[in-house]
Amino acid sequence: MSDAPTSAATGSPAEVPEWPMPRAEGCPFDPPPALRELTAQKPLARVRIWDGSTPWIVTGHAEQRALLGDPRVSVDERLPGFPHWHEGMAAAVAYRPRSVFNSDAPEHTGFRRIMTRPFTFKRVEALRPTIQKITDDLIDTMLAGPRPADLVEALALPLPTLMISELLGVPYEDHDFFQENAARGIAHDVSAEESMRTFGALNDYLVRLVEKKAAEPADDALSEIAALVTAGDISVSEAAMMGTGLLIAGHETSANMIGLAVVALLEHPDQLAVLRDADDPKVVAGAVEELLRYLGIIHGGQRRIATEDIEIGGEVIRAGEGIVVELFSANRDAHVFPDPDLLDLRRENARHHNAFGFGIHQCVGQQLARVELQVVYGTLFRRIPTLRLAEPLDRIEFKHDRLAYGVYSLPVTWE
Amino acid sequence: MKITVEQDKCVAAGQCTATAPDVFDQRDEDGVVVLLTDDPPAELADDARDAAAVCPALAIHIAP
Repeated sequence: MSDAPTSAATGSPAEVPEWPMPRAEGCPFDPPPALRELTAQKPLARVRIWDGSTPWIVTGHAEQRALLGDPRVSVDERLPGFPHWHEGMAAAVAYRPRSVFNSDAPEHTGFRRIMTRPFTFKRVEALRPTIQKITDDLIDTMLAGPRPADLVEALALPLPTLMISELLGVPYEDHDFFQENAARGIAHDVSAEESMRTFGALNDYLVRLVEKKAAEPADDALSEIAALVTAGDISVSEAAMMGTGLLIAGHETSANMIGLAVVALLEHPDQLAVLRDADDPKVVAGAVEELLRYLGIIHGGQRRIATEDIEIGGEVIRAGEGIVVELFSANRDAHVFPDPDLLDLRRENARHHNAFGFGIHQCVGQQLARVELQVVYGTLFRRIPTLRLAEPLDRIEFKHDRLAYGVYSLPVTWE
Repeated sequence: MKITVEQDKCVAAGQCTATAPDVFDQRDEDGVVVLLTDDPPAELADDARDAAAVCPALAIHIAP
């Protein structure tokens, strides 16, 4: 399965291009040109990944939705031929307990039901005033400080980190520790050893926290999860895995969406004006969907494996073959989004994006992310209408080497 | 219009409630879909269809 491809369309093994691919110089917001070329005729093709195997990469919007909703497509990372993200993920397989991330239905359903409770639409809407207050406070602090400021450090990272910490009941004062370990754990170049170390450190931390919450419950999501451990429904390591997943996904992704969107909006002043002048919350909500579509921060490709032969897009994915679902490319599929490379905050069907994935594994925290982004985008440019980059765009360092795309830091200034 | 939902398939992404809050709700305990009306008035029909389209678990079905 990890051998050379057999499809005639892809030719000899030497011609299979490597994944991940670089974005074009000067086009930080568009998918890699080589990927577009590769999938120009068909919505899927073979790529070669770090271990030499040649899974399918799928870029079409319809094909992604079909595969991500297909019970013959598995996230079971223990199956031979699974296209792991990197050496570190492959090496730690045996140490990761079953969780929402690596189990299929019906096992997945049990884990998922435990994790969804804090993230319902209504519960998250009730947090909007808190999110607004934290955003205003962070902006006040930034405005009172020196110029230029790093927007990532001042706002993009602390807001989602504070929110997920409060929601889970993780002490915010530990944020340096978990941010650092989370960031290293999702680097493309992470070694097996380092991946194990960062995963182990986070896991140990969450195990201790779950045990503490079981002994002294508080009004937070980790205490609810810890109660299930006490009741014997799940193990401590399963609970710690849930906590780790929520903690990492809860701060890293929204932080990238905030930083990257600010760059994109400052580069598109006409679109920034739509957002800044919006009185209608629906306009802001629509803008968030379009930015989720346009920025596509999950650009490394979600990993799956076929458990049966599947005919799709004019090809047959054989049982046991790996599948890389490159979500970002689907958001630029012209069959669904006319003029897909245009940032258009009033785009009507923007919410049909695949930014949160599709199928039963679609992002658990998406409603929280939406409210955070609605508040931040809706507040920042109104509070600081003269906000601008303090350095030229080509000096901004983008996270080309991370599973989640974004900016490492964002020097901004204002009048 | 006749709407049906499959609670067993629901993954509580909240997309339906966010899209058509007068047609769909979520259970407090786990976020699973609750149908508020299986035959919404005409002015809510488009939102209900959109909710079915964005449901990641394909758990919402609409008959004309």
